[in-house]
Amino acid sequence: MADKKEKLVAVEGGVIPERDAGTPPVLEARHLGIDFGGLTAVDDFNFIIGKTEIGGLIGPNGAGKTTIFNLLTNVYQPTRGKILVNGVDTRGKKTYEVNRMGIARTFQNIRLFKALPVLDNVLVGMQGASGYHMGAAVLRLPVYWKQEKDAREKALELLSIFGMEHLADTPAGSLPYGAQRRLEIVRALATDPKVLLLDEPAAGMNPSETAELMENIRKIRDEFEIAVVLIEHDMNLVMGICEGIAVLNYGQIIAKGTPEEIRNNPLVIEAYLGRKEGAAGC
Amino acid sequence: MKQTVKRIPMPVRYLINTVLIALLVFGSTAYVNGGGVSGYITKVLMVIGINIILAVSLNVATGYLGQLPLGHAGFMAVGAYTGGIFLKAVNASELGGAGYAAAIAAALVLSGLVAAFFGIIIGVPALRLRGDYLAIITLGFGEIIRVVLTNIDDLLGFKLTYGASGLKRIPKITSYFNVLVCVVLTCLVIHLIMKSRHGRAILAIRENEIAAESCGVRTTYYKVMAFTLSAFFAGVAGCLYAGYLGSLQPTTFGFMKSIEILVMVVLGGMGSMLGSILSAITLTALPEALRAFEDYRMVAYSLVLVLVMIFKPTGLMGQYDFSLSRILEKLLNLGKKSKKEG
Ligand SMILES: Nc1ncnc2c1ncn2[C@@H]1O[C@H](COP(=O)(O)OP(=O)(O)O)[C@@H](O)[C@H]1O
Ligand SMILES: [Mg+2]
Repeated sequence: MADKKEKLVAVEGGVIPERDAGTPPVLEARHLGIDFGGLTAVDDFNFIIGKTEIGGLIGPNGAGKTTIFNLLTNVYQPTRGKILVNGVDTRGKKTYEVNRMGIARTFQNIRLFKALPVLDNVLVGMQGASGYHMGAAVLRLPVYWKQEKDAREKALELLSIFGMEHLADTPAGSLPYGAQRRLEIVRALATDPKVLLLDEPAAGMNPSETAELMENIRKIRDEFEIAVVLIEHDMNLVMGICEGIAVLNYGQIIAKGTPEEIRNNPLVIEAYLGRKEGAAGC
Repeated sequence: MKQTVKRIPMPVRYLINTVLIALLVFGSTAYVNGGGVSGYITKVLMVIGINIILAVSLNVATGYLGQLPLGHAGFMAVGAYTGGIFLKAVNASELGGAGYAAAIAAALVLSGLVAAFFGIIIGVPALRLRGDYLAIITLGFGEIIRVVLTNIDDLLGFKLTYGASGLKRIPKITSYFNVLVCVVLTCLVIHLIMKSRHGRAILAIRENEIAAESCGVRTTYYKVMAFTLSAFFAGVAGCLYAGYLGSLQPTTFGFMKSIEILVMVVLGGMGSMLGSILSAITLTALPEALRAFEDYRMVAYSLVLVLVMIFKPTGLMGQYDFSLSRILEKLLNLGKKSKKEG
């Protein structure tokens, strides 16, 4: 099971899986921080992600995990620090530009194009890939037909990862909850990313769905050779597939390391269990 | 049991649609021009056509893009005055044959382009931000255009719009045929854009702007693009209107005109082209039929709007759209089913 889960090695800026050590990290955050008015939501956040790493971001509710995803995708502009995608600083870039640099994400509170069919949700993700102009669309030139056909085939293929191709014509909003989460992953994959950011992908799923999701995340990483960073409260999932984990509390990293190191870290245990709402809160 | 659904292949679909549209355009024109209907009815039909273009174009910005522009009549005014001034300048009614047709085509395109230009000028600042700034800005635009048209000649000494006394003696180029051609082209172009990657991007923004941008959609570009497209066709409708009336008055293009068009879109169902078309027809024809109650028209509009919002907030057609080939397919499949059962 842990075939590709190998030991972490130190490179400049942090640790990444040994197999990725030869290539530069695909995503890097340095001293990243953001304030909302007086509230420091994230402070001095550092991490690097190897080319095919599965990384985890955990921490109690309100710790700042989703805010970090919003920073990584330039939905928020950081107050401090910087983000590098394949070594390129993303400061000042638009969210869509960051996406085209290779960062795709899903949302904790699902954001599908509800009224559109499942297939169209995926096709929107392929916006950057097919490039025919509006004139070509209006005149229905051959390039329109060809690119539409190719895009459609690729979208169906991506949907088949989760066995959803038969749902292509269903409005996304009428899918069951678990399927909506899976569709968000497919839509993100359609943008041909280098890094997939998953915000609580297993939320609301039952244990067997979660186990299947875990397999699929690993499959996606292997097949597409991309990195995955996931925020998750399901510890079986996190410990099961993440190679490097960062633990966040009150906007700060309190621990970093392999699943084993994190499991036994007293600070982490305290952050989770020391709080009144306890495990239920995370 | 797997039911195979019969689908009409693509090229055949286009052929069927083309033939049907050509039949509609040329058949009905021959009928109207041959004296099949009275001159009064012909006029009503032309106004219906102009209103269809206005409603269908506004639907791009409201129904498809999900914005709330309140100044559609402003773009119509820009198109109307551009077209009117151009037609007078080239003296279109004196031209013959091909020159006449070319002048009409040029006036329509020019009116659309000038309106589109204003669309960009307003769209860029208003749409760069997330949020509902467009409603306020277009509301202001509509009023400003009206005031400018009324006063610009006095202020700058032009002899262009003739202020409050109105632009008169515009060549009456608008006919049943060219209105119908414009209606068909407007619907066709919008339909073809919406059923492409560009249209999907616009719909995605309506559905969830943050998600759309996270998927690589250039949100600002597409918002301005859709809004400009909407303005373009409003300009075309304005030009047809100028060529229909033969004279223009700035007061025609006030806030109430914008609301009238908006009511058509909301009633028909935001995001449904068929809905916009049907309600443009209904809301133009009904008042004509009930001329005696002219004074109560705005009351009736408001009432209709409130009732629709209460009982069918998605509009009468919802987001349903019309497809000739889909209807044919349904008939084909029905035939098959009943054969099986029989
Ligand atoms: N746009 C915002 N404006 C103000 N405060 C925010 C904003 N986004 C997040 N926060 C605050 O930042 C903190 C971290 O939130 P979040 O990243 O959603 O936590 P998590 O995903 O770890 O549960 C919370 O206190 C939240 O209220
Ligand atoms: Mg969160």
